Amino acid sequence: MGSFTAYRHILAAQVRGQAQYRASFTIDVIGSVMFGVIDIASILVLFRVTPSLGGFAFADVFLMAALASIAFALADLVVGNVERLRVYVRGGLLDAVLVRPLGVLTQLAALDVAPRRLGRVVFGVVMLVLAVRQAQLLLTPMSLALLIVTPLAGAVIFGAVFVATATVAFWWIESGEIANGLTYGGHDFTSYPITIYGALFRRLLAYGIGFAFVAYYPALALLGRSDPLGAPAALGYAAPLAAAIIAGAAALLWRTGVRHYRSTGS
Amino acid sequence: MQRGKCADSENVSAEESEGERFERRERSCARLMRKPRRRSEPKLIKPYTPQGMRAYLALAIAGFRRYATYRQATLAAAVTNTVFGFLRCAILFAVVDAGTGIVAGYDAPRLATFVWVGQGLIGVVLIWAPTDFADRIRTGDVVTDLLRPVDPIWQQLAVDLGRAAHAVFTRFVAPIAVGALFYPLHAPERPATYVLFVAALVMATLVCFGCRFLVNAAAYWLMDARGPQVAWTITSGFLGGLYFPLWFFPDAAAVALMLATPFPSIIQLPLDVLVERGSLGEQLAMLLVQASWVVMILALCRLVQRRGEIKLVVQGG
Repeated sequence: MGSFTAYRHILAAQVRGQAQYRASFTIDVIGSVMFGVIDIASILVLFRVTPSLGGFAFADVFLMAALASIAFALADLVVGNVERLRVYVRGGLLDAVLVRPLGVLTQLAALDVAPRRLGRVVFGVVMLVLAVRQAQLLLTPMSLALLIVTPLAGAVIFGAVFVATATVAFWWIESGEIANGLTYGGHDFTSYPITIYGALFRRLLAYGIGFAFVAYYPALALLGRSDPLGAPAALGYAAPLAAAIIAGAAALLWRTGVRHYRSTGS
Repeated sequence: MQRGKCADSENVSAEESEGERFERRERSCARLMRKPRRRSEPKLIKPYTPQGMRAYLALAIAGFRRYATYRQATLAAAVTNTVFGFLRCAILFAVVDAGTGIVAGYDAPRLATFVWVGQGLIGVVLIWAPTDFADRIRTGDVVTDLLRPVDPIWQQLAVDLGRAAHAVFTRFVAPIAVGALFYPLHAPERPATYVLFVAALVMATLVCFGCRFLVNAAAYWLMDARGPQVAWTITSGFLGGLYFPLWFFPDAAAVALMLATPFPSIIQLPLDVLVERGSLGEQLAMLLVQASWVVMILALCRLVQRRGEIKLVVQGG
């Protein structure tokens, strides 16, 4: 209970602090929404020159992109700034975090929470509503539940990828933006049907990391379509399970990383 | 602000106490502020004199060597660009497969070349750069840049060209080599294309440098240049042709973007020159567009820097 109060205070201080700079905050919120707009605009532009993408029409891809967008935005909101871990490791701030009697990862998340990124979450939700109408989905209790659970499970998958890739900094401080390939790249990957990727690339990212469960399989279930690649339909409901597995793997990696951590000693 | 002349304020005699030194600094700062316009302008080293060439060449070499020491960061960046190369190539190829094999005038090898060379280009022009210059303006460190007897813009440009030269051998080559392993790329049919592409690459670097300079220089007025930076990050890639060729837009929109905004001169135009979209004449026209943007952007940089120096107030402390 005590730690809960501590987190509440840290969070409140962060939010209050960032809200002080109103112009910067407004600009950041607008920017965060604009990134979402660009993603959707890219898909619109692609469909200007082609009637279908990987065997899917615009409404289908739009649905996948909307699901991926909310999932990514939620993960980015909560743990997105863990990518700054390498800065903390190099600067020595992680030492300060380690000596406090609170969880390391939760502290980092609370210290760096970015309320401005709520803009992108809200935008993603609006896009999902539009996508559901565009695809003319029949709203049964089952599909409604899937529409709510999928972005949450997707957020856990992205969150795990954020944490797992940030862990690299424990071993390789100068890793630069290498994590972006899987975090931001993962978002791009999940916005499109996995049928468009080459076999090796697809196996690695869609099945290896579990990105296929962020949007592709759940969208198939929502649309009532069978997988052109021949996967069983039940996978559409397996996103929470996939999320649990990858989150467990990321947690293991994180623990190993923290144990391995030695201060840079500067 | 005055430059060059202030260097003598560093020649403090050994006997001078800490307090006296502080006061003298205060006075000299006050003097600087009272005279924002340049009078008795100290001579800057001109780049076209032998002395100037040596100075700017030394700065460029320093830029090259600085990045040559960041070996791990370069590797990490090249790997990241390569991953995104696979992603973008898959997405654009999906568009080709669905159609007739040609999309918006690009066949598959041209599209693959567009993507992979584009991924290499990111590192050369350094489209997403750290905001060092804006931070220097905010913290006041920019004053030391102004004290040097070299032009603040040419000084940064020389360092950036050194950096770009290093990137050509590392971040540019790596994604293209990987792309060539997995995709058929388009080798230029006309030998002249190679020469034209080198020119386009240099001009793209110049335009991108100018744009980054302007975005950072907004800090002279705003202190926090985050707004312009966010706007730049969003527009440059999308309107520059990084995510898809601009010819995916309606033709009129693509042409308007190329003529009216600097972004296509950074990515789309050099890549179109390389994949030989159109005749030799059209390639030359693209270079002409780029050249106009180089002139316009660098002129704007000069103007903005001039006004910025007048506006600049270095906070005390």
